[in-house]
Amino acid sequence: MENSILRYSLVERVMHWIAAVTYCYVLLTGLAFYSPHLYWIAMVLGGAPTSRFWHPWIAVTFFGVLLWMLRTWAADMRITSVDRAWGKQMKRYIENDDEALPPIDRFNLGQKYFFWAMLFAGFVLLVSGTVLWIPEKLPWSLRDVRYIAVLLHVSSALLTIGAFIIHVYMGTAMVRGGFTSIIRGEVSPAWAKMHHRLWYQRVAGK
Amino acid sequence: MPGNLRVQAISGHSGAAPGSGAQRQERVAKLIDTTTCIGCKACEVACLEWNDLPFRETAFDNTYQTMPQTAWNYWNLIKFNEHTAADGSFHWLMRKDQCMHCADPGCLAACPADNAIVQYQNGIVDFQQEYCIGCQYCVTGCPFNIPRFNPATKKMFKCTLCTDRVSQGLEPACIKACPTGCLHFGTKEDMTALAQTRAQQLRQHTAHTNAGVYDPAGVGGTSVIYVLHDIANPEAYGGLPANPRVPWAVRLWKGPLKWLGNVAMIGGLIGVTLHYLRFGPKKVEEHGK
Ligand code: HEM
Ligand code: SF4
Ligand code: SF4
Repeated sequence: MENSILRYSLVERVMHWIAAVTYCYVLLTGLAFYSPHLYWIAMVLGGAPTSRFWHPWIAVTFFGVLLWMLRTWAADMRITSVDRAWGKQMKRYIENDDEALPPIDRFNLGQKYFFWAMLFAGFVLLVSGTVLWIPEKLPWSLRDVRYIAVLLHVSSALLTIGAFIIHVYMGTAMVRGGFTSIIRGEVSPAWAKMHHRLWYQRVAGK
Repeated sequence: MPGNLRVQAISGHSGAAPGSGAQRQERVAKLIDTTTCIGCKACEVACLEWNDLPFRETAFDNTYQTMPQTAWNYWNLIKFNEHTAADGSFHWLMRKDQCMHCADPGCLAACPADNAIVQYQNGIVDFQQEYCIGCQYCVTGCPFNIPRFNPATKKMFKCTLCTDRVSQGLEPACIKACPTGCLHFGTKEDMTALAQTRAQQLRQHTAHTNAGVYDPAGVGGTSVIYVLHDIANPEAYGGLPANPRVPWAVRLWKGPLKWLGNVAMIGGLIGVTLHYLRFGPKKVEEHGK
């Protein structure tokens, strides 16, 4: 694209897609064990014992990528006063009334919430998942830990699923140009100006 | 699945259990009279023999117990407990510990794997190792701390109540080996009656005025019932829970949380679809082109 702007570097795109693929695998194998009606997913993915074996390992990889994202995007993900002003008018964003919104930087408040929700829930999933992973190490007297872990694991997985549905919907169907940006890395100046004006001004030097 | 046993419930199964309600089968029960157990461990040996389990290393913990708790290849263990009664008298409480074969089995409720745990209409709860995925959710579900994990094969094991023998009209191996007659096997109805008679006999003719039958209602009754010297204090018998129940966390997880989660996930998908239909995509107008 002529005079397009680089939104995501190759490294950022690779990072994103490792997170996406590992999350989807963990999500699907998790859902297989969550509901008898979805147990067939585990069969499709190589059998239930295989899924049981890989779910925690791939999940740990996923959490590793979340930490990598944190290092890469920590500055961009900080929630600022600009975001709070934007957040007050989120309804306009939802209703596609974008013209009236205050200009924002590289990510909008929704994207930042998504990132922090995934990181926080990912941490809870990691801790509770570790208990589910090696329960034989827990003595019977500490069985309450097992009960709490399973409830936390399911609740935080559901939280990420809700966030994930919105994320995928917005990235593919709702915000046109978003999907190309995470694949090819580039956006048009008009796209940048409309969605992330402060960032546009910063990177375009205007 | 052994011979002619009818299935009543299957773990991790969508839809009804095939064959449930097709035929009526008498519930069975094992009766353990702790007041006549002499701790000879003949039942432990019989269990190993019949189930062809290799003898394993034991662990000495200053009691006569073979090992501190049952193991994946040691399903039946006499627990030895030294107990001082309220009047200062000394008692040796011996209790045969194994799966209780709950009518409302927490292990089965928690298990995510289709067919890994089966409950037969006669009340036996049995693990089918070929379907087990080794997640150990059954440990979380069981109020009696029974299922045991084999780390080498990643499969779960426990007492089968000798399904293979019972389905052929035989009594479990442990029953056959008991020399004092403290173990009995028969229909749940008959065993309950026998247990009640024995408890009454103890109350009337011995010092055990508080003798009673342990058949905990919290798990719908069990297919292994005990006669205890003191029904008010099952904990003294090596940690037999006074009021066992399927943990509330397991009920919450497999019940309301599951439905809430399903509704939220499907609602989320419907929600974004409706949003698209109502508001459509955000398009960027390419000014100045
Ligand atoms: C971060 C480290 C994680 C670890 C160590 C972990 C580990 C585990 C383990 C050991 C189980 C038991 C069954 C199995 O192994 O498949 C489990 C279940 C599950 N996991 Fe994870 N997990 C992690 C992250 C996640 C993530 C990111 C999700 C996202 C959706 C997730 C969703 C689930 C679900 C839905 C279940 C089934 C719960 C049920 O049986 O109701 N897990 N996890
Ligand atoms: S470990 Fe227990 S809960 Fe998990 S599949 Fe095997 S029998 Fe079922
Ligand atoms: S005692 Fe435990 S393993 Fe046995 S049937 Fe009851 S819940 Fe299942």
